[in-house]
Amino acid sequence: MTQPDNFGFNEEAALLKSSARKFFADKFPTSTLHALVAGDHRPDRPSECLWDRSLWQQMVDLGWTMLAVPEASGGVGMPAVAVAGLVEELGRAAFPCPLLGTLSATYVLAACGAAGEQALAEIAAGSSAALAITNAAGSWSAGDTDVRFADGKLNGGAWYVQDARKVGRLLVSAHTDAGLGLFWVATDAPGVNVQADTIVDLTRDQAHISFTDVAAEQVSANGLAALGQAMPAVWTMLAADMVGAAEWQLQTTVEYVGTRQQFDRPLGFFQAVKHPLVDVMLQIDQAKSLVYNAACAIDCEPGRALQAAHMAKASASEAAAYASGRSVQLHGGIGFTWECFVHLYFKRQKHSQMLFGDAAWHRARLADIVIGPLAATAS
Amino acid sequence: MSDSASKDSPEQAEFREYCRTWLQDNRPPDPTVRLPLSALEIMTTEQLTYLQAWQKAAYDAGLVGCDYPEAVGGGGRKDCQRVANEEMLAARMPYFPNIIGLGMAAPTVFYHAQDELKQRLLPRLFSGEDIWCQGFSEPGAGSDLASVQTFAERRGDKWVINGHKVWTSLAHFAEWMIILLRTDKSHKYDGLSYFVVPIRSALGKGVTVRPLIKITGETGFNEVIFDKLEVDDSYRLDELGKGWQVAMTTLLHERGAGELQTPRSGGLKNKGSHATTAANLIELARTVQRDGHAAADDPLIRDRIMQQLIREVGFAQNQRRARVPDLLDHPMRLLLQNKLLASEISQQTSELALEVAGASASLYLGDDNAPAGGQWNLAYMNSYGMTIAAGTSEVQRNILGERVLGLAKSK
Ligand SMILES: Cc1cc2nc3c(=O)[nH]c(=O)nc-3n(C[C@H](O)[C@H](O)[C@H](O)COP(=O)(O)OP(=O)(O)OC[C@H]3O[C@@H](n4cnc5c(N)ncnc54)[C@H](O)[C@@H]3O)c2cc1C
Repeated sequence: MTQPDNFGFNEEAALLKSSARKFFADKFPTSTLHALVAGDHRPDRPSECLWDRSLWQQMVDLGWTMLAVPEASGGVGMPAVAVAGLVEELGRAAFPCPLLGTLSATYVLAACGAAGEQALAEIAAGSSAALAITNAAGSWSAGDTDVRFADGKLNGGAWYVQDARKVGRLLVSAHTDAGLGLFWVATDAPGVNVQADTIVDLTRDQAHISFTDVAAEQVSANGLAALGQAMPAVWTMLAADMVGAAEWQLQTTVEYVGTRQQFDRPLGFFQAVKHPLVDVMLQIDQAKSLVYNAACAIDCEPGRALQAAHMAKASASEAAAYASGRSVQLHGGIGFTWECFVHLYFKRQKHSQMLFGDAAWHRARLADIVIGPLAATAS
Repeated sequence: MSDSASKDSPEQAEFREYCRTWLQDNRPPDPTVRLPLSALEIMTTEQLTYLQAWQKAAYDAGLVGCDYPEAVGGGGRKDCQRVANEEMLAARMPYFPNIIGLGMAAPTVFYHAQDELKQRLLPRLFSGEDIWCQGFSEPGAGSDLASVQTFAERRGDKWVINGHKVWTSLAHFAEWMIILLRTDKSHKYDGLSYFVVPIRSALGKGVTVRPLIKITGETGFNEVIFDKLEVDDSYRLDELGKGWQVAMTTLLHERGAGELQTPRSGGLKNKGSHATTAANLIELARTVQRDGHAAADDPLIRDRIMQQLIREVGFAQNQRRARVPDLLDHPMRLLLQNKLLASEISQQTSELALEVAGASASLYLGDDNAPAGGQWNLAYMNSYGMTIAAGTSEVQRNILGERVLGLAKSK
């Protein structure tokens, strides 16, 4: 299969992206985000789950949460490049909601074959979901789970589950006698206990979840294969979110250094300010090009998707880290305050940076593909 | 990446087929001399003659200047140079020696010269029979190009030129020079005018060319001294005092952001050419030992090689995204990054290669044991030429900060 030159980013995709941009700009400016999530500044505040459910419902009504669900399961079946465009805008707004989790679950379920169709239909009908596939050690390798499935029941714990308190469904990975299985569980099912983590990022919630004799529907008996097929999309969408957020950080900082004057000049005049901002732009552009490259590979050349997605997430993680640091630093004292908006993105980006593997993790896997696995003697 | 052929217009598709066949049937003989990494380091007549023969053949076949009108010696095609370039690069042909001519002089002459001058100059420029050079920089005018002092004084229909240009690549072989001159000392920008001047025919008669030696030990650039050289007013491009605007056309194309695609060929594998790519870096890491193991098995080295690979692929994908308007926030944002990224990625990759090479990084071109024949050292040192020439990386960051991000101008 060959890839289209324009990544397959067609008119429909452009329309979706621009309407998402307008949606968030109109309904959820950063001041609204700040008012919503930054009410309690105490560092030891209990973790809350603050989000705008009615806006989320509007997104569901617009069909955005079922974009990636195949048409056969009642969804829209949009290509990943189009979905990435929407997610980039979501990241630009840092909108707290379970869209990323729902999309991630969608991609995994779509890789599960017939057994995943019922769950996909639920997403198409408006259910939200989160991946519960990480163990207590925080391993990002598919298959590292602390949950077991035996005698028709799930037992154990899943960690670092994103937006767990916002979603209705969990896609859980668990060891079975026959290898890794994937299970579809309602968050309010008996035996599911969602314990909120206290996290730095104000735009998400996160939890660890214990399962005690939870009856669950198995959606895949070959979880490793399904996750292997779907993780490139999970990483690519997260990277798209980070690219959008980094663009917000860049534009906001550029605006600030254009208006703030010191030494009788706007700060942006000084090269110690100007050049790092250019470097932020270079990193964002690299990450953005790699995101659409990965999305296009997912759509048109699946054999290249894994490599491309490792590159996208590694690049986005670096860009997010650099953009975050510069956005605070170049705002000076005001950038160090709770009142200034930059910390909201700073924290979201630091969270996204490590989520599902940081840059070094993805590069190590990329090296295994491109160079070949590490020789046994060297390790 | 994608097979670009799938997006060809019918004209492009037919032309691509033609290029492919022609290149298959007309591969030039292998060079008998070592070729330098790029045309900017051509030192000997043997090197030049070989490369000129290739450019002439490619031009005669219609692979050079494809998008220029036939009236000026071009192919009269639409968006076909890119196609020819892709095919020539894929076929791993030699590069073109007239690099300044094709990349900078041709578009400038095309957009700013009188018809008669275009018709006279461009065919021999495309064919490579006339080598061109660029006389912009001076001892006192580098990054601050508009401060050039080489002066042209009007004498009726003629101009008399006095002054000193430096770093003039290929001047030692050039027939012609594009030159930025001061015609009025009282205005910095509006006091500049742009000319083409024949320099080879004036050697010893108002023009002196002296080679300068690069940090690699190679020659390739020169200083050019003008002592009362007389040139005709018909060699002036555009209006008097419009030199700065004309120079912007040159610089835009030099930095790969111009309208007209520069004819590009290259990739020929021989003793002298060695691409600075992550793939070659991986090859090197497989062969070099570190603590008894292949460097390719050192996790830190692997990580850094992957960083370079990601930059390289990211750059290629930037080129692709630059043609998708819906994925661009600012039309010039990616184009203006090209020169900066290409030069810095090449510098980082070759620098890392030398680290990977370890002790053998000490060996240079003349040593039989040098990895890749010493080319990594050559590439690394020459990469500084790339981050300095055509607007330094610092100047590129100023341009990006000011033109794209809209930050306050430093001057
Ligand atoms: C291999 C090579 C080939 C060349 N070929 C040609 C040619 O064919 N024709 C031609 O005309 N010229 C040529 N040049 C010259 C080249 O264009 C100049 O070297 C370049 O523009 C820089 O000018 P400079 O050398 O005077 O350095 P300077 O301008 O003196 O710069 C010195 C240092 O100061 C930095 N600096 C300068 N101004 C600023 C600023 N405003 N902000 C931040 N930093 C700044 C620079 O980035 C650089 O690091 C060539 C150069 C090289 C290396």
